[in-house]
Amino acid sequence: MNLQPVNNHRPDRNYIPPGFKNAINDDETSEEYFLNMGPQHPSTHGVLRLVVKLNGENVLEVVPHLGYVHRSVEKVAENQTYLQNIHLTDRLDYLSSHINNLGYCLAIEQALDIGVPERGEYIRVMVSELQRIQSHLLWWGVSGMDLGAVTTFLYGFKEREIITDIFEELCGARLTMNFFRPGGSFADVPNTFIPRVRDVIKRMHLALDEYKILLTDNIIFRERTRAIGILSREKALSYGCSGAVLRASGVSYDVRRNDPYSIYDRFDFEVPTGTVGGCFDRYQLKMEEMAQSVRILEQAVETFPNGPYRSREMPAYKLPRGIYYSQVETARGLLGTYIVAEGGPKPYRVKFRSPCFSNLSALNEMAAGHKIADLVTILATLDFVVPEIDR
Amino acid sequence: MNQLPTNHAFPTHNAIGELIRHLFPGGAVYINGFLTIASLLLLVSILPVFLIWLERKVAAHFQARLGPMRVGYHGLLQSTADGLKLIFKEVLKPEGADTFVFFLAPTLPATATFLVMTILPFDRHLQVADPAGGVVYALGVSSLSILGILLAGWASNNKYSLLGAMRSGAQMISFEISLALIMLLIVMLTGTASLREIVLSQNGTILDWWIFKLPFLGLIAFVMYMISSTAELNRAPFDISEAESELTGGFATEYSGISFAMFFFAEFVNMFVSAGLATTFFLGGFLAPQIGIGAIDAAFNFIPGFIWFFLKTFLVIFLYMWFRWTFPRVRVDQLMYLEWKMLLPANLVLLMSSGFFLAMGWIL
Repeated sequence: MNLQPVNNHRPDRNYIPPGFKNAINDDETSEEYFLNMGPQHPSTHGVLRLVVKLNGENVLEVVPHLGYVHRSVEKVAENQTYLQNIHLTDRLDYLSSHINNLGYCLAIEQALDIGVPERGEYIRVMVSELQRIQSHLLWWGVSGMDLGAVTTFLYGFKEREIITDIFEELCGARLTMNFFRPGGSFADVPNTFIPRVRDVIKRMHLALDEYKILLTDNIIFRERTRAIGILSREKALSYGCSGAVLRASGVSYDVRRNDPYSIYDRFDFEVPTGTVGGCFDRYQLKMEEMAQSVRILEQAVETFPNGPYRSREMPAYKLPRGIYYSQVETARGLLGTYIVAEGGPKPYRVKFRSPCFSNLSALNEMAAGHKIADLVTILATLDFVVPEIDR
Repeated sequence: MNQLPTNHAFPTHNAIGELIRHLFPGGAVYINGFLTIASLLLLVSILPVFLIWLERKVAAHFQARLGPMRVGYHGLLQSTADGLKLIFKEVLKPEGADTFVFFLAPTLPATATFLVMTILPFDRHLQVADPAGGVVYALGVSSLSILGILLAGWASNNKYSLLGAMRSGAQMISFEISLALIMLLIVMLTGTASLREIVLSQNGTILDWWIFKLPFLGLIAFVMYMISSTAELNRAPFDISEAESELTGGFATEYSGISFAMFFFAEFVNMFVSAGLATTFFLGGFLAPQIGIGAIDAAFNFIPGFIWFFLKTFLVIFLYMWFRWTFPRVRVDQLMYLEWKMLLPANLVLLMSSGFFLAMGWIL
């Protein structure tokens, strides 16, 4: 390893950062240089590091560097029992921790053939949709901030706070929930749950209109996102994108619709798809997803049943030898949980297929050729959570 | 109000000035000069502290929160505390930075704003100097702050700083043209480039202010001034030079402690100067708003002119803050498009049509 101090005065013009093929073009008229964005950068949302090859303001190539919050979640999972692992899934995509829990629990249920009572299924769907709205609200606020409209951040948090309060009442946590268990959830919902969800529905209708006026219809915002970061249908599929990124490119794929889990097949909702695959499409699609989640909540509130919330609890969850896979639609896309069991109380191997990782891999495809400000816009609409990329 | 003498140095034409002239006939010029500079320095050091507090409060209330509440009544002393903290902080210089230029850069914007401040007519007899070419002076001197930002970006030895400085240089130079054309319009209408006389030319009722004169053209000119000056001030939605989500801190990335405070303070004083110029050009400066109802007019006239000046200026400042906390940021190429393809041609058309209106006598 080279431990010589770096000479800041004259950087080596022939230096090629890892991931790039060529050094910068070093003739007199060239304005090419490498810029390091992150891991401490306001718009990489956490500790993502991007090395960008720039020509003046124009992005030529982006190489993401991962691993700054790698916590070996998958390895840790091999040393804990199946139930203890649920809380690890909270820490993947911490903005959709309920849905991550659900994905993991679904795999265990599939292995042990555990059924979920009616009320338990309703709780799962409603909490998942609340989580989706909550996550999208944060995304909306933050992407506004990335584009320079700081006010959206706090407006997004205003409604998000109400949903977070519901979660706090449900399970005592506001971020890392650890709420779902194989066969249902660890506790029943309190009596205030349904009135509070009704309140959220009422507020979200108003809030979505407000957001439209504040950001969506703003001419600067429209111009900033129009025809930026276009990802074609073929590229989106070949990079394995999922969630809003894939749907914005015109592929109507939503796990809730195409491979329904829990009781999503009973609800009436649309899967919005985009046409162009640009930043504005992705933005608009996520806004529409919030409206659709509210729609699911409206239906669920009306038919919310009484009864048990959890099926029989097992003394120890020992998965029979085999391979189990489940997939859920988190706020960011398809989260796959892959468990290899050897019959003991602990899994032999756990692997998560995270949506953010695949979505991020398409970054260079989208950002190359745009301005550095557009790179930030693209990062904002990609909506990734770095701990899920690193795991 | 009595007719003023024709001499253009005004600092002494108020009660204090006359008193000192009466007491020390010999040294009055020096004492008065010193007093004006001292009072202006006091203003320059108090203004940013207040404006930063105001900005935070306005932002907070736009964002449905309270903002600073702990230090002093409604956080009034918050920015004083922050300023003190900045003074006592260590000033860091990045490795490889050009020491002289690095520490010279923050002083330039501060100096430039202070120099422009000297010609602002705060009241009928409250102005440090009133050069005949005041408008030209304001334009020329305020350009110095670009130099400070460019030097800061270059001397910091940081790519983000350099990007921010280059953006800022391009932006400020471009929008200076628009700003100059709008000022030219006012000069054309009033026939004078002295700021005091521009204000006095708006004497009369509210409808005599340039913003309401020239059917709609005055209003358009005001809107264009607001756009150009927001860009000139590097404020959102045109804050591309320090776009914190893209360039972390733009040209000021590497600055800390008092040298950062200089940039920060200059920015806020600059905002005051820009708003003050808008007040002078369009909103009747220190003149009390007259609405044609005897009793109210008399009451308004009773309020001193500098209070009107500050009221109007803070109204314009509020507009700047409103923009900042509402709009997303434009992109650098969109900004250049806005200036060179939209504002500049529009300005020229405005100038020509105003000239036409003026020639036809349709000033209203």
